[in-house]
Amino acid sequence: MAFPHRPDAPELPDFSMLKRLARDQLIYLLEQLPGKKDLFIEADLMSPLDRIANVSILKQHEVDKLYKVENKPALSSSEQLCFLVRPRIKNMRYIASLVNADKLAGRTRKYKVIFSPQKFYACEMVLEEEGIYGDVSCDEWAFSLLPLDVDLLSMELPEFFRDYFLEGDQCWINTVVQALHLLSTLYGPFPNCYGIGRCAKMAYELWRNLEEEEDGETKGRRPEIGHIFLLDRDVDFVTALCSQVVYEGLVDDTFRIKCGKCHGPLLGTSHMAGLVFNEIRNEHFSNVFGFLSQKARNLQAQYDRRRGMDIKQMKNFVSQELKGLKQEHRLLSLHIGACESIMKKKTKQDFQELIKTEHALLEGFNIRESTSYIEEHIDRQVSPIESLRLMCLLSITENGDARCSLDTHYGPEHLLTFSNLRRAGLLTEQAPGDTLTAVESKVSKLVTDKAAGKITDAFSSLAKRSNFRAISKKLNLIPRVDGEYDLKVPRDMAYVFSGAYVPLSCRIIEQVLERRSWQGLDEVVRLLNCSDFAFTDMTKEDKASSESLRLILVVFLGGCTFSEISALRFLGREKGYRFIFLTTAVTNSARLMEAMSEVKA
Amino acid sequence: MDCYTANWNPLGDSAFYRKYELYSMDWDLKEELRDCLVAAAPYGGPIALLRNPWRKEKAASVRPVLDIYSASGIPLASLLWKSGPVVSLGWSAEEELLCVQEDGAVLVYGLHGDFRRHFSMGNEVLQNRVLDARIFHTEFGSGVAILTGAHRFTLSANVGDLKLRRMPEVPGLQSAPSCWTALCQDRVAHILLAVGPDLYLLDHAACSAVTPPGLAPGVSSFLQMAVSFTYRHLALFTDTGYIWMGTASLKEKLCEFNCNIRAPPKQMVWCSRPRSKERAVVVAWERRLMVVGDASESIQYKQLTIQVLLDRLVLRRLYPLAIQICEYLRLPEVQGVSRILAHWACYKVQQKDVSDEDVARAINQKLGDTPGVSYSDIAARAYGCGRTELAIKLLEYEPRSGEQVPLLLKMKRSKLALSKAIESGDTDLVFTVLLHLKNELNRGDFFMTLRNQPMALSLYRQFCKHQELETLKDLYNQDDNHQELGSFHIRASYAAEERIEGRVAALQTAADAFYKAKNEFAAKATEDQMRLLRLQRRLEDELGGQFLDLSLHDTVTTLILGGHNKRAEQLARDFRIPDKRLWWLKLTALADLEDWEELEKFSKSKKSPIGYLPFVEICMKQHNKYEAKKYASRVGPEQKVKALLLVGDVAQAADVAIEHRNEAELSLVLSHCTGATDGATADKIQRARAQAQKK
Repeated sequence: MAFPHRPDAPELPDFSMLKRLARDQLIYLLEQLPGKKDLFIEADLMSPLDRIANVSILKQHEVDKLYKVENKPALSSSEQLCFLVRPRIKNMRYIASLVNADKLAGRTRKYKVIFSPQKFYACEMVLEEEGIYGDVSCDEWAFSLLPLDVDLLSMELPEFFRDYFLEGDQCWINTVVQALHLLSTLYGPFPNCYGIGRCAKMAYELWRNLEEEEDGETKGRRPEIGHIFLLDRDVDFVTALCSQVVYEGLVDDTFRIKCGKCHGPLLGTSHMAGLVFNEIRNEHFSNVFGFLSQKARNLQAQYDRRRGMDIKQMKNFVSQELKGLKQEHRLLSLHIGACESIMKKKTKQDFQELIKTEHALLEGFNIRESTSYIEEHIDRQVSPIESLRLMCLLSITENGDARCSLDTHYGPEHLLTFSNLRRAGLLTEQAPGDTLTAVESKVSKLVTDKAAGKITDAFSSLAKRSNFRAISKKLNLIPRVDGEYDLKVPRDMAYVFSGAYVPLSCRIIEQVLERRSWQGLDEVVRLLNCSDFAFTDMTKEDKASSESLRLILVVFLGGCTFSEISALRFLGREKGYRFIFLTTAVTNSARLMEAMSEVKA
Repeated sequence: MDCYTANWNPLGDSAFYRKYELYSMDWDLKEELRDCLVAAAPYGGPIALLRNPWRKEKAASVRPVLDIYSASGIPLASLLWKSGPVVSLGWSAEEELLCVQEDGAVLVYGLHGDFRRHFSMGNEVLQNRVLDARIFHTEFGSGVAILTGAHRFTLSANVGDLKLRRMPEVPGLQSAPSCWTALCQDRVAHILLAVGPDLYLLDHAACSAVTPPGLAPGVSSFLQMAVSFTYRHLALFTDTGYIWMGTASLKEKLCEFNCNIRAPPKQMVWCSRPRSKERAVVVAWERRLMVVGDASESIQYKQLTIQVLLDRLVLRRLYPLAIQICEYLRLPEVQGVSRILAHWACYKVQQKDVSDEDVARAINQKLGDTPGVSYSDIAARAYGCGRTELAIKLLEYEPRSGEQVPLLLKMKRSKLALSKAIESGDTDLVFTVLLHLKNELNRGDFFMTLRNQPMALSLYRQFCKHQELETLKDLYNQDDNHQELGSFHIRASYAAEERIEGRVAALQTAADAFYKAKNEFAAKATEDQMRLLRLQRRLEDELGGQFLDLSLHDTVTTLILGGHNKRAEQLARDFRIPDKRLWWLKLTALADLEDWEELEKFSKSKKSPIGYLPFVEICMKQHNKYEAKKYASRVGPEQKVKALLLVGDVAQAADVAIEHRNEAELSLVLSHCTGATDGATADKIQRARAQAQKK
């Protein structure tokens, strides 16, 4: 249980430096506006900001009141207003409305806009168009790497996914490049680089150019991290679409972990960290409850030791152990509460059926049952996001379009959502006009044709072969299981999906690291439609220590899930590596779907 | 063997001096220096001579000539002075020659006599003419101080960042001061002037009378004053032949000396040898030179850094020498060799007699991809000389595509600039070029350009979505992108339009667009939405309540919950809601209402297309076991076990599972045997299993 790290596991670099850097820069920026000021913060930046500089630090630097940036007139009476925002046009409009209202009222104040992580020209243009460019001063807070964990760095840019993969907007790539540059400045060059995906390739090349331009900064430094692997989210949508069953992923799916904190009804707002959590986060959910109750029994036993203590021992106990025990007690009851809540929601038959269907889709078995399950899901009109997710999963795994007359039934904006999903490649079309029932009838005909033998074989006779199926076969994503898969003693990364499926993204990373190149993976790369976007780049680096060569930075462009993190942590333990994760944001299936949804403003 | 001291002459009692020639001047001067305006640059820089500066007195045909020599008299440039009368010459710290004209215009020339720029010292100076001018050096750069015909001073402390400052009036000043100088103290420029026996210090705010400490009595006028190069020391020569030497702050006297010569000296300057603590003033008359010294402490600053030295070599076009020095000093390439090569290249592009190809090739051969060399800077210089083609050729060598963009835009090669900006991956740069293009091209051409650049198009679309919705529509129209146009109007139907008529109209436009895009599915769905909107409006009118903007599903549900079953049925038929979906809907709604009677009626209306297990589930969700049991009995054999387990009848579930001889069902029931009462059932299942295995 709670697999410890191997004794020979390499040490992780100290990422807390990133926090200090960000804090110092923010303080510097705040001091550029001397005197008391009110700070307007964009909602999305509140949690990340809280992890960098808490309210008392802000107050120390003469921030008087804090406001959330929202579409309301400002009640601030301060003479100086400071805005901390993402570079978004709607924020510029908001600031312009405040400044222009002041102008109308004949009021003069000082305004400062701090863009994080960078300023975009389009924003300045809007300020100019709104006639306030001369009234505000602009600054950049280049804060793009938030350490959420010892091995997890998040850029906290969930919009990256939609902006790049749907809208084709490359504006955030430069932010990624700057973040990579910062890492190589702080932690030395990366001797071995791999990547797959259009965005990964572009980011990598721009980053390389930047390093060459600023030659000398990293030159001669000892690399601390031996490998870097860049991966586009659209290389593997399937993994991100699956329901998560490792504890941290499940908590994220159920309550949403935001910026390393959980905002659940039962959990209140609590940090997803600490001793208890570290032991269960990567565990399959089925093990967690047992673990927690064992833990509770141990705790009780430790409390019970008080009996029979003399005064001196008792004093010792109270001063040294009690606080720790109480803390552990608090965390334990927190997670037990979370578990109960999850159990209520998830271990119902519904959830088991859902998981079963997902596994069937991944394995390509019982397509008819799965499709009718999904149809029923749609018929019940419970959650459009869930239905969309299942349709996407069906569509990608079977490469058929699960088009249903979902649109008007959920509202017209979902017509746009559909078109978005198709554009991003989350819904694939086999042939125009194919409907779910059409696919279903084809499949069912084959299914009933017993003579055709295995359904998978039968499926291959369909006009267009599913790429996922072929990739799955090539990479052995569905482990052959003899007997029950022991989730307590996992033997491969598939444990994060109850032994049914090895996450595609993680498998690709594993394979490339093993070969130290893409050699022999040509067919997989072709099937992923990434022939032009898979790259390897090795620099001869004699200075790299063997320790650093076992540290791998994985960069997920478009987000990664906790399941993927758990799977790679497992792989690391097996192989003696340690993975460091850099993601544009931590994501899950619901976030993916919501990013594609059109909502009424 | 000569005695070392042979050429030393005694000076007073304790000091000796010698005179020897450091080097001979190479020039061949025809004029007397006294007839010229002369300016020598600091640190052994060039010397400028303006011959015949007083044109007025001579025939108009004799124009003044400006000659520039190196410090050793090697001619660097010679040009005819065609501009106005010059009052004063001086070199800036950057070795630019400043020529102050009588009208207050200052003309700036380079080391090689190349005209750089000019600026004016202001209207007041223009009106009252320049009586006298000084060029002085400050830590910010070089300044110009002017004394006008109205006996007022105007100065600029840094000609690189011209800010004119008119100094306050000196009370009672009727004629020109007998002598004056510019001083720089505490980063502020002052003027020190002498009027009769009085000294005045002018700063930008006030004029104050000052007195040097320990000044000998009997002075009725100051004939000369000199400040040291660092503005630390001041020397005054009075009409009594008395020299006062002290700090420029006038706080301390260093020494005094009476030379008994009452004639005004031609010149008086401070001098000192490097690293020497000896401060001395040299006073010159027509035929006499006097050195007045004092042994006080002084610090020699190393003001001329390597960088400045290199700059000076570059200015003199001594590129190979500069490069050798860089190599000898092992300067980093970026600061050293690269910089010098870049200067050389900038000079090279000005050679008009060499063809574009040859210049470009020569530059590339020399520079290659030396780090720190900016081809775009060199190209910009070429463009500045009017060589656009050469500039484009040079830009091709620039590895950073982003760097090429600004110049390409300047040269009106906007489309090329766009491709380069896209290559750079810098979206801000792309956006800048887009805005240029938008202003430069007509709308059609602009859209056409966008069409060929998907990345730029995406970027621009994103901007339009927020800022210019109409442009977005035009963009789709231009491309005949009916699918996106349809989506655009759908969005408008709920985001932009308020009135129902407007919304329906937007949807109609959307539907038309979808038909054109051959997306019948979307078109039909859109038409359905139009119908739904109209219908919801009618429902609101007739039934009251809120229907608008509900989805079809929620509309039907709301109707059932409101007891309008007929209407609900009608709506479901009109919109062809699939049977299964309708059954789920009704089931959920009726259970929510807890209208068990109606639910039962409904369940019997015809055979359920979704089976009866959902009835059991939903009733249990409402905690109505009694009703649930009714439906459990109607559940088909395949789901019977599940239904019985749902209503908590483990024993019967076990019986059915045993009857079915279904292993999966048996385990399912077994997993439900948790209560104390289920022990018997569990045993029963185990027995059945054992029996099955025997068979």
